[in-house]
This record gives sequence, C-alpha cells and structure tokens, in this order.
Amino acid sequence: MTLILALIRRDLSLSIRQGGGVGTALGFFLTVMVLLPIGLGPDQALLGKIAPGALWISLLLSVLLSADRIYQQDYDDGSLDIMTMSPVPFELVALAKAVAHWLSTSLPLAIAAPVLGFLVNLDPRAIWPLALAMMVGSIALSLLASIGAAVTVGLRRGGLLVSLLVLPLYVPVLIFGLSASQAPGSSPDIATPSLLILLALALVSVVLSPLASAAALRSYLK
Amino acid sequence: MQYLANPTRFLKLANAVLPFVWAIAVALLILGLYGALATAPADYQQGETVRIMYVHVPAAWMALFVYVVMALASAVAIIFRHPLADAAAKTAAPIGAVFCFLSLATGSLWGQPMWGTWWQWGDARLTSMFVLLLLYIGYIAIWAAIDEPHRAAMIARVVALVGVINIPIIKFSVDWWNTLHQPASVFRMDGPSIAPSMLWPLLVMGLAYSFLFLALHLTSIRAEIAARKIRQIQIAEIGER
Repeated sequence: MTLILALIRRDLSLSIRQGGGVGTALGFFLTVMVLLPIGLGPDQALLGKIAPGALWISLLLSVLLSADRIYQQDYDDGSLDIMTMSPVPFELVALAKAVAHWLSTSLPLAIAAPVLGFLVNLDPRAIWPLALAMMVGSIALSLLASIGAAVTVGLRRGGLLVSLLVLPLYVPVLIFGLSASQAPGSSPDIATPSLLILLALALVSVVLSPLASAAALRSYLK
Repeated sequence: MQYLANPTRFLKLANAVLPFVWAIAVALLILGLYGALATAPADYQQGETVRIMYVHVPAAWMALFVYVVMALASAVAIIFRHPLADAAAKTAAPIGAVFCFLSLATGSLWGQPMWGTWWQWGDARLTSMFVLLLLYIGYIAIWAAIDEPHRAAMIARVVALVGVINIPIIKFSVDWWNTLHQPASVFRMDGPSIAPSMLWPLLVMGLAYSFLFLALHLTSIRAEIAARKIRQIQIAEIGER
C-alpha cells in the first residue's frame, strides 16, 4: 500500500514539476471553449443549449490528449520494467498510474469545467449537476484512457490510434454524463438515475482497466 | 479444438469442407432471397420496404455473432495458447465489420421512408451498432499498426476483450431504453411474433449468412496461414544471405 501511495505521489509531483501537465490540458480545454462560440456564432440561446455537450466533449478530448503521459516516459526510460519486478501486482501499478492521471489532469479539468461554462452561457442551475457528473465521469475517462495508452505505448505514432480505440468506449460515459448534467427539473434529488449509472461505469472501469492495461503493458515489456 | 491446433491438420480439414460450405451458403442465399423477394408478402404498414429486413436483420445478427467469435477466439488464444486462435480472431474482424456496415447501411435505407430520417442519433440501437463498427475498425487498426505479429496478437486480444462490453448493450438496448428501433421479434421467450410467411425467409437468410461467414472465415484463415508461411520463408532467406 505504501508502495502504491509512493508511486501515485511520484507521478503527481512529476506531472506538476515537468510542465506539459495540468496547465497544458487546461489551456487546451480553454482554447476549445473559446473557439466553439466563434465557430457557432454568438447566439446566446443556442450556446446555452449546447453548453453541457460542448463542455463534455472538450473534457473527453483533453483527457485523451494527455493520456500518453500515463505510461510513455516510464516505458521509454525503463522504469516500467523495474515496476514489473516490484512486490506489488502489476495491475495495481497500472491502477496507481491511472489514479495519478485522474488526480493530476481529469479532476482539475472537471472542477474547472463549470467555470468555463460561463463562456458558453451555461444554465446556472446546471452547474452543480454538471460538476458532480464530471467528477464522477472523469474517473471512468482516466481509467479508459489508461487502457488506450497501455495498448499503444510501444508504437511510434500511437496518438491517432488511441483516439480510435478509446473514443468508442467513451460513448456510454458521454451519454449518461450529458443526461446527468441537465439542470434539475421539479425534483431536487441530486442522485439521478443517470448519475448512478455514471458511477457504475466508473466502478466497472476501476475493475477492468488495470487488468487490460497491465496485460497490454506486459506484452510490450517482454 | 486441440486436434485443430496443428495448422496442417486444420488446412486438410478446411480444404475438405470448404467446397461444401460454399455450396450450402450459395444455395441458401438463393433460396432465402427468392423467399424474401418473391414469395413473402408485403407488409400492410411498411409495404414493399419490408423486404429490406431480410438483408438487414441477419446482417445485424452476424455483426454481433462475429464479434463474439472474435472475442472467444481471443480468449482461447490467451487461455490455451492455441496457435490458430489469433489468426481466427484477426480474420473474423474485417468480415464482421462488413456485416456491421451492411446492417447500418440497409437500416438507414429503410429508415428514410419509414421513420422519415436516414439516421436518428438519439436511438440507442443505432448508436451502439455504430460504436460496434468503430470497435471493429480499431481492432483492425491495431493489427495494421504493430509490425511484429506476435506482439500485435497479444495487444489485439486485449482490445477485442475490452470491446465485448458493448455486445450486451446492443442486444438489450431496445429493451432498456425506449427507442425508435423495434424490439426483438424473433428470439423471444414466448416464441416469434412474426408471421410464418415472413419468418421462414428470414431464418433461411440467417442460416445463409452464417454459412457465408463460415466459408469466408475458413478461406481467410487459410490465407492467413499461407501469409505466415511466406513470412517465415522470407525471414529464412534473409538469414541465409
């Protein structure tokens, strides 16, 4: 357990100190949100309608673009080889690295998203549902991105392939994430069915992602 | 299954049965198309467009079935180290992708006159079938992207097995969500809810597609084995130089 925590701490400090981490992902997110109204025209009603969808898609893309940082460097400099020999199961190493990616990239993006929502005239009543849905959904996003990153870690040009492999897996998260992000109607209940399904997706990916990522990484490390 | 692990034995058997499988597939296709286009009645609501169903529904069945075959072959490759399982999974993917595209294209052609739209994004069945097509393309891309065949096989197994989650979602999407797409009417607990005159051409077409898949699959596994041999010969030649 201490080893796992040490690994998470190492990845977090690496992503903070090296640059190209949270800041770049946030910058990308911001750029997309600025470009969208320019591309769609300044119609406030239209922007308000598509705001949750625009935020979610920007989130998916930002998480996906930062996914190669999960394993790439450690694969290149041989750290991953050493981690396979550590006493903890390699699946837990994969989980730890995905958790570090979530803490360093996806979660900050999910927290920043409602603020950026003002750029696209987000309904103020939708802020809390959107923030909550994004925090839950980003868990699944990071873990699924970890599978894609692991599968393409040894390839020279894996970037496009990651998108092709991972975006189809993001569809359920996007569907339920969107329907959980709508402004609440008459009922004040925050735990909507969509949010619960989103949580279920996150939990399933917690189980599935380490297994798949570790299996893929092992075949590159042999 | 262990008996067929030897590629030579597999080739012998495949060469022996392939002509019959092709013959059965073609005969069933002719019979099924005759039933679908000539004898089956036009639907009282849908008119003649109902005939698209005989191409569309079996293609959708096969798109799901082939993915399951692919995933099972991948699982067999992981568990038993069966030497032909990876070849079986690899060659199933393009066939499945074509079936998937066929069901999407025919469904879209049918949707235009019936629902008044080519495509309905809110529909769970349509969206999940589209995702299946993307999964097929991603799987094929993995094989194309990794040069070293052994490593490509190991990565492709992971990709195939992760995508399996989508299969139950597609199958039950029409029951779980209220959608435009009609629910299952053939494989139901209380028997098919479709007229016998329409049911038999549909089932014959389903069988024909299954035999067609078997024939195509065996042929392409045979080609895959030949490609492996060529590769080995080429490597040996380079080694001799």
